[in-house]
Amino acid sequence: MGKIANQEITDKLSAKFGDQISAISEPYGLLTFETSVTVISDVLTFLKTDDQLKFNYLTDITAVHYPEKNEALGVIYHLHSLTNNVRVRIKVFITTANPNIPTATTLWEGANWMERETFDFFGINFTGHPNLVRILNVDDMTVFPMRREYQLEDPNRIDKKDYFFGR
Amino acid sequence: MSNFITETTPNRPVYYDNDPQGDLTTLNLGPTHPATHGVFQNVLQMDGERIVSGVSTIGYIHRAFEKIAEHRPFYQITTLTDRMNYCSSPINNMGWHMTVEKLLGIEMPKRVDYLRVIVMELSRITDHLICNGILGVDTGAFTGFLYLMEEREHIYEIFEEICGARLTTNIGRIGGFERDFNDIAFAKIEKFLAKFPPVLKEFETLFNRNRIFIERTSGVGAVDPETALNYSWSGPILRATGVDYDVRVNEPYSSYQDFDFEIPVGTTGDVYDRFILRNEEMWQSLRIIEQAMEKLKKEPKGIFHADVPEFYLPPKEKVYNNMEALIYHFKIVMGEVDTPKTEVYHAVEGGNGELGFYLINDGGRTPYRLHFRRPSFINYQMYAPMSGGMLLSDAIINMSSLNIIAGELDA
Repeated sequence: MGKIANQEITDKLSAKFGDQISAISEPYGLLTFETSVTVISDVLTFLKTDDQLKFNYLTDITAVHYPEKNEALGVIYHLHSLTNNVRVRIKVFITTANPNIPTATTLWEGANWMERETFDFFGINFTGHPNLVRILNVDDMTVFPMRREYQLEDPNRIDKKDYFFGR
Repeated sequence: MSNFITETTPNRPVYYDNDPQGDLTTLNLGPTHPATHGVFQNVLQMDGERIVSGVSTIGYIHRAFEKIAEHRPFYQITTLTDRMNYCSSPINNMGWHMTVEKLLGIEMPKRVDYLRVIVMELSRITDHLICNGILGVDTGAFTGFLYLMEEREHIYEIFEEICGARLTTNIGRIGGFERDFNDIAFAKIEKFLAKFPPVLKEFETLFNRNRIFIERTSGVGAVDPETALNYSWSGPILRATGVDYDVRVNEPYSSYQDFDFEIPVGTTGDVYDRFILRNEEMWQSLRIIEQAMEKLKKEPKGIFHADVPEFYLPPKEKVYNNMEALIYHFKIVMGEVDTPKTEVYHAVEGGNGELGFYLINDGGRTPYRLHFRRPSFINYQMYAPMSGGMLLSDAIINMSSLNIIAGELDA
């Protein structure tokens, strides 16, 4: 599919960032790796500006919440290199107590609303964002509704619990 | 007013800063303005008829689809995708089915792929018809809109024949279609293929070289490709700037690689270019549908779903008479089918751009996390910045040709 093999991308990243690039996998051919909050800006900049890789298109920014983990919040970037026609997925895990991560708006203007949406729903604080306010929810909301502790329905309702379905 | 503007929200307009003489007017365009076709609010600062700056407020019809999706089995999420871009809901439905099929590793028969291509291209046509028709209305030409609405009606009749619904279609199932296309559906598609080209031709004759229309639209909202990519634009509006990015070609899904079609691109990215480009895409969609109809003749008849009993509901008469089928029916409905614990991103070319589904699965009944990459949401964020310096009436047709669908914007 892509003009650059995933192995080549991981080699380049590992050469540059060493063990800051971890948990490399390829679910359904899409290169996925984790990195740390200290180097995420450098990783994104490198991927975007490298002459060969040219990940110039930011497809998406979103987050996921794993309450049982120590670093419970994961910020997930999808980048796309249009010239090479290859995608990567980057994950950064941070704690709920300190949900700070540098903004990507310095690299892509399009990151602005994606980060606002992620902040709105998960409370990720994108440091350096020009206008980090809620976007889809009302301004005076106090919680971050996509976190797992906020139930969709009445929490006392048990008829939809997984153990009724053999899990 | 004070609800929107406080000094703690830096990017929201603080009027006295930009306006020392106090001669700018604040104008609330929306949330329910008749010229904006949907629930959009833009607080504009106007100098006469010219926009100085604007701020978009969105989220008026936010329905928490991503949260709801975490509590629903896969097959119940299809109805949520309907309600995002409701001008082309079949594309959303198919995109979701294909995401789950990718997750489960289901190989689709070619015939199903071609049937899906027909449905998706028909709905791309409805999407573009709406956009270009409304653009005509916004520039003061009502006739074209009425011509096109009749054709959209015919496409909706085809959808009705296939799945029973017209707008929020819930078309297809994970693993195929709920039933085969009947002869009437095929006859209606054939009829549409014969009747639509002259109408589209007439529509183009009305607009393409129309001096009033050209002067009204050309140069309005022109965007260069670098800016468009920087704002993560996708779909027709990106291609109008000259970038040939189309998911159907870059990452073919549903056997799009079997078809011969072109990706039209524009040069200036203005409203006129987007209009011409959407018309051209409709011609290409027609080409694809014609090819698909030809290809279907060579495929074995009667295949409308993959052979995956663990994921595709058996027919009702089998459920009542056959033990196996009953077990599968129960397992699917109760969500007891084992699914891989992994994650998948699948993108389709929606009416407005790259519609992506990012699914994290933990093996449970429901997705652990489902994120929709909604093109309208991402395309719309340039609207307020690019409106600065425009005339108000230009900003209206610019919004019209961005084809922002409120349901997809707010999800």
